[in-house]
Amino acid sequence: MKKRVLTVDDSRTIRNMLLVTLNNAGFETIQAEDGVEGLEVLETANPDVIVTDINMPRLDGFGFIEGVRRNDRYRAVPILVLTTESDAEKKNRARQAGATGWIVKPFDPTKLIDAIERVTA
Amino acid sequence: MDMNEIKEIFFQECEEQLAELESGLLRLNDGDRDPETVNAVFRAVHSIKGGAGAFGLDDLVSFAHVFETTLDCVRSNRLEPNQDVLKVMLKSADVLADLTNAARDGGSVDEARSRQLIKELEALANGELPQPAVSEPAAKPAPPAAPVAAPAPAPVVNEEGFQPVVFSFDDFEASEPPAIEPSTFEILFRPKSELYAKGNDATLLLRDLSRLGEMSIHCDMDELPALGSMNPEAAYFAWKISLKTDKGEEAIRSVFEFAEWDCELDVALAGGDHTGTGEEPPMQPVPFDLSLLDDDVPASSGAAEDEEQVVAQREARDDAVSAAATASNVLQMAQTARASAESNRSAAPTSSAAQAAAQQAASAATPTIRVDLDRVDRLINLVGELVINQAMLSQSVIENDTNGTSSINMGLEELQQLTREIQDSVMAIRAQPVKPVFQRMSRIVREIADMTGKSVRLVTEGENTEVDKTVIDKLAEPLTHMIRNAVDHGLETPEKRVAAGKNPEGTVRLTAKHRSGRIVIELADDGAGINREKVRQKAIDNDLIAADANLSDEEIDNLIFHAGFSTADKISDISGRGVGMDVVKRSIQALGGRINISSKPGQGSVFTMSLPLTLAVLDGMVVTVANQTLVVPLTAIVETLQPEASAIHSFGASQRLISIRNSFCPLVDVGRILNFRAIQANPVDGVALLVESEGGGQRALMVDAIQGQRQVVIKSLEANYTHVPGIAAATILGDGRVALILDVDAIVAASRGQTLKPEMSLAAAG
Repeated sequence: MKKRVLTVDDSRTIRNMLLVTLNNAGFETIQAEDGVEGLEVLETANPDVIVTDINMPRLDGFGFIEGVRRNDRYRAVPILVLTTESDAEKKNRARQAGATGWIVKPFDPTKLIDAIERVTA
Repeated sequence: MDMNEIKEIFFQECEEQLAELESGLLRLNDGDRDPETVNAVFRAVHSIKGGAGAFGLDDLVSFAHVFETTLDCVRSNRLEPNQDVLKVMLKSADVLADLTNAARDGGSVDEARSRQLIKELEALANGELPQPAVSEPAAKPAPPAAPVAAPAPAPVVNEEGFQPVVFSFDDFEASEPPAIEPSTFEILFRPKSELYAKGNDATLLLRDLSRLGEMSIHCDMDELPALGSMNPEAAYFAWKISLKTDKGEEAIRSVFEFAEWDCELDVALAGGDHTGTGEEPPMQPVPFDLSLLDDDVPASSGAAEDEEQVVAQREARDDAVSAAATASNVLQMAQTARASAESNRSAAPTSSAAQAAAQQAASAATPTIRVDLDRVDRLINLVGELVINQAMLSQSVIENDTNGTSSINMGLEELQQLTREIQDSVMAIRAQPVKPVFQRMSRIVREIADMTGKSVRLVTEGENTEVDKTVIDKLAEPLTHMIRNAVDHGLETPEKRVAAGKNPEGTVRLTAKHRSGRIVIELADDGAGINREKVRQKAIDNDLIAADANLSDEEIDNLIFHAGFSTADKISDISGRGVGMDVVKRSIQALGGRINISSKPGQGSVFTMSLPLTLAVLDGMVVTVANQTLVVPLTAIVETLQPEASAIHSFGASQRLISIRNSFCPLVDVGRILNFRAIQANPVDGVALLVESEGGGQRALMVDAIQGQRQVVIKSLEANYTHVPGIAAATILGDGRVALILDVDAIVAASRGQTLKPEMSLAAAG
């Protein structure tokens, strides 16, 4: 069965890249444009793994991750954070919010798929 | 979708982000301190950087990075976004836009300027106050080929040793880990419960580890309590791993990259003494088989026996006792159980409500679609053909069906209405707010203000007024020139303004509004107004008017629209680029628009442009002149009348006037002025169209007869033939014939040949 990935990113460019990369790698992809929409579609998307940006309008990545973790059904689903910053502070905050791991931008298809495979069985 | 398409999306998005960035900065500049505004500004730059990184646009990435860092200071309240700070940021936004354009079109950017701004941004981020821009009055867009010696003390670039560093992320990845002699590591891995809570899984980490080399593993279950007192969310296991690998310690640690905070991890070289020191209980090394992790592998009997092996966990699912073999499995089971319990409890309402909410969210989030402009244009062309076709059909039906009551006729009328509605709807697709053009103007104002040392505030109103995209695209150039003019020539220097009792900061006001089916754009400055004496003198000097010509104020003001007219004593660097207001006027006219100026000495000038909402169709009056069918734009016509002989008065050799309600209006024979005939027709035999031209007053255009009023599809003459003076465009009529659309302003201007020495001598050109 195809694994389902929920991606949350406000940038149309990155959304398209995620979509193309994930579809090519054989994932089923569901997309949201910000944290609020991400939480809204969470139940219907029922993802095996989540990839989220940090800087987003309405609800940022930290808030989104916390929201996912509060949902009993998804509190153990792997969440990867897309981040341009490789600095420890951002990673740390993401981790504290409950992120499983991160993918440092610039966006690279190989890195993305590697990271997803690392956190999914 | 391929990468090039995504790149195109990226640049589209950049444009939006840049607009967002600029408007956000301008709001901050106006004193807005809403954190969301700062966030939006930050996000815009961040987004551009993210996409640029993905496409390897290094110049863009490095500039955006510096900009972002400084914005982050504002976001975290470490930097107060005062006017000086915002000035630097607005300039940086301009450079970012330049860099984006350069990345898209391969052009060059003013590198000195971008380096200077990087320096200024870094200074801001380091808490240094911005220096007053005195030292660098002209951030002149000097071509990089000819490095102008900057007035600043020495090229700032080298002073701080700052040089653009080629920064390639590939270097990090490409570098294969150096080949290391295979060595054996002893690894202790003891997850904490947080590791599982964050969605990491010990099994997966061990799997990754096993890929590094030969691995044997021992699960330490000493802490596992009795089932009854077990906390399903706690972590009880630890693993001792012996790994023989040539990848080095770094590779081992990087496996635990996501987990290192949430586990105890000890990696040590075995040091040859592999049998252990005796402190630890003797380990039973178990060969670790990766394939056993795979769900598809049938449960082997051996796995069930070796309960201490981590590999047992997959099979353990069926077995309640052995399910405790790994904490992660317990956790998963507990969750599954809870989830299913919950979903049972409130299955129907929750799921349907959630679905509805999700659907609602999805539809609310995508209220727009993006359509390729070509497709819209194709649709518009087709509708244009449809309109023509419908007109032809109507005409032949009318010709063949004289009683006009048949059902065909009725149907045709409905068809006509529908066609019209379709046309309006299609036009509406192309309608766009003027906002992007207006936003671009604020940059122009900043640049000119900088160059001239004037202080200027741009106020825009009606940014959301919509008009056809073609009109918007073609509006930018004349508007840019007018803005330059307004700041350069219109506004006085701060000193002069203070002396005149004005605010040292000048205001330029740009407004857009709809008025009777057209868009009206006004550009007003509160400068000195037009110096009529000077203009008049200049016009006399340039042989534009006779020395004794008697001109109204309005007519003098409009002289500035004449070719080769510049009142600035010395041609300045900014406005005097060989482009005069005549060019502005011509480009506005080419859009089917009119431009007019009114000015009050000491109070400023107002330029008013009136443009059609679309360039695709036109409501016109179809008339006959010397057996030719012409179309006169309806918007220009004030009224039509049948002249009586008593109302016609001769004036001079060939001029004729018509008296309308006690005032006189010059009569213009369209047939004569377009050279359709050699002698003026008798006005009494024709019809007079009273037209109003922008800035030129009223004229009565004489035509032979009126055929009717109709909407026509505009076909450009320039694109299909060549520009013809006095003719704005052409169209195809219902009978399939081509008719020319009159350029009323040009006709009126040509008729004024007596007062103005004509630079557009239409009589010769027709």
